[in-house]
Amino acid sequence: MVTSVTSFGRSGLSDWLLQRVSGVILLAYFLFILAAVAGGVDYASWRALFDQVWVKVFSLMALLSLAAHAWIGLWSVLTDYLTERLMGTTGNVLRISLQLLISLALFIYVVWGVQILWGY
Amino acid sequence: MLQVSIYRYNPETDAKPRMQDFQFDTQGKDLMVLDVLEQIKAQDTTVTFRRSCREGVCGSDGLNINGKNGLACITPLSEVVKNNKLVIRPLPGLPVIRDLIVDMSQFYAQYEKIQPYLINNTPAPAIERLQSPEDRAKLDGLYECILCACCSTSCPSFWWNPDRFIGPAGLLQAYRFLADSRDTATDDRLSRLDDPFSVFRCHGIQNCVNVCPKGLNPTRAIGHIRNMLLTRAT
Ligand code: SF4
Ligand code: SF4
Ligand code: FES
Repeated sequence: MVTSVTSFGRSGLSDWLLQRVSGVILLAYFLFILAAVAGGVDYASWRALFDQVWVKVFSLMALLSLAAHAWIGLWSVLTDYLTERLMGTTGNVLRISLQLLISLALFIYVVWGVQILWGY
Repeated sequence: MLQVSIYRYNPETDAKPRMQDFQFDTQGKDLMVLDVLEQIKAQDTTVTFRRSCREGVCGSDGLNINGKNGLACITPLSEVVKNNKLVIRPLPGLPVIRDLIVDMSQFYAQYEKIQPYLINNTPAPAIERLQSPEDRAKLDGLYECILCACCSTSCPSFWWNPDRFIGPAGLLQAYRFLADSRDTATDDRLSRLDDPFSVFRCHGIQNCVNVCPKGLNPTRAIGHIRNMLLTRAT
């Protein structure tokens, strides 16, 4: 058992499952937006689309999925390449700094997204 | 003449590794890579490598042969030589002790973690613990592993995290005991594996399946472990 406090759900299985589920949600949302845009949009129709509560909720779901998906994915990449084993202490400093930066960016995205969805 | 290029490195005296070239006359025979090494060693006794059984049973001569991991003793030249060239390096990712010999401690440490022995605390029966032919069949494709490390040292996830990712060889063995009807520690075994590294660093790249000289499939075993974890937790 390898413990790690920075992984998303602490358990390997929950991270793995969440990565799959969020991937499916993102795919569905992406297709949905693609379909909406494909027919051609103007301000009024776009506005009407996002005035529906279910679209807002779906968008929020996609946004949260994006944050979780990005965290799990980037966390894996960082813990592969930026490690004490490969780079010494520099690896630890770089990894933790980038983890902070990424979590801050994702947090801002989520808050900003919520503001856009419900703020207007 | 076959062009043979061998990785040479003695950490005690050399600043860095080098490749040494040899001209080798196969006399038209399709030798095994190990035969070539043995004959070169007869000329230059300082060339160092491990081997024992010379028939693909002991797992001691896992090498990187023309870019692909395999057992030198059962790899015929015809299978690997291209453009008359044979490049032999140690298994990638592990520390080199000398020339083609790597330090396998990390590999064995991962193997040790999965508790590679039957755990059953119920009183032992008078003769032996029986198993039905069907249950025994579940161990096929698992017990044959000879721990040559060809798979784990071809796995990028193992290169980056040899201290935290069990690696395909260890996981194949982990499943071998999870699948054994006589073992009673299934739940405990699974608990020890459910972290983000031990099993889940496997990204299904399948290099392991591609190189296993015994034709085993660690990726499938890893999939089974994941499913066991999933059914247990949901
Ligand atoms: S699974 Fe195959 S490649 Fe891996 S250690 Fe066992 S025999 Fe060698
Ligand atoms: S399938 Fe998994 S264990 Fe096998 S080489 Fe790929 S990442 Fe490694
Ligand atoms: S020498 Fe034993 S497996 Fe090759």
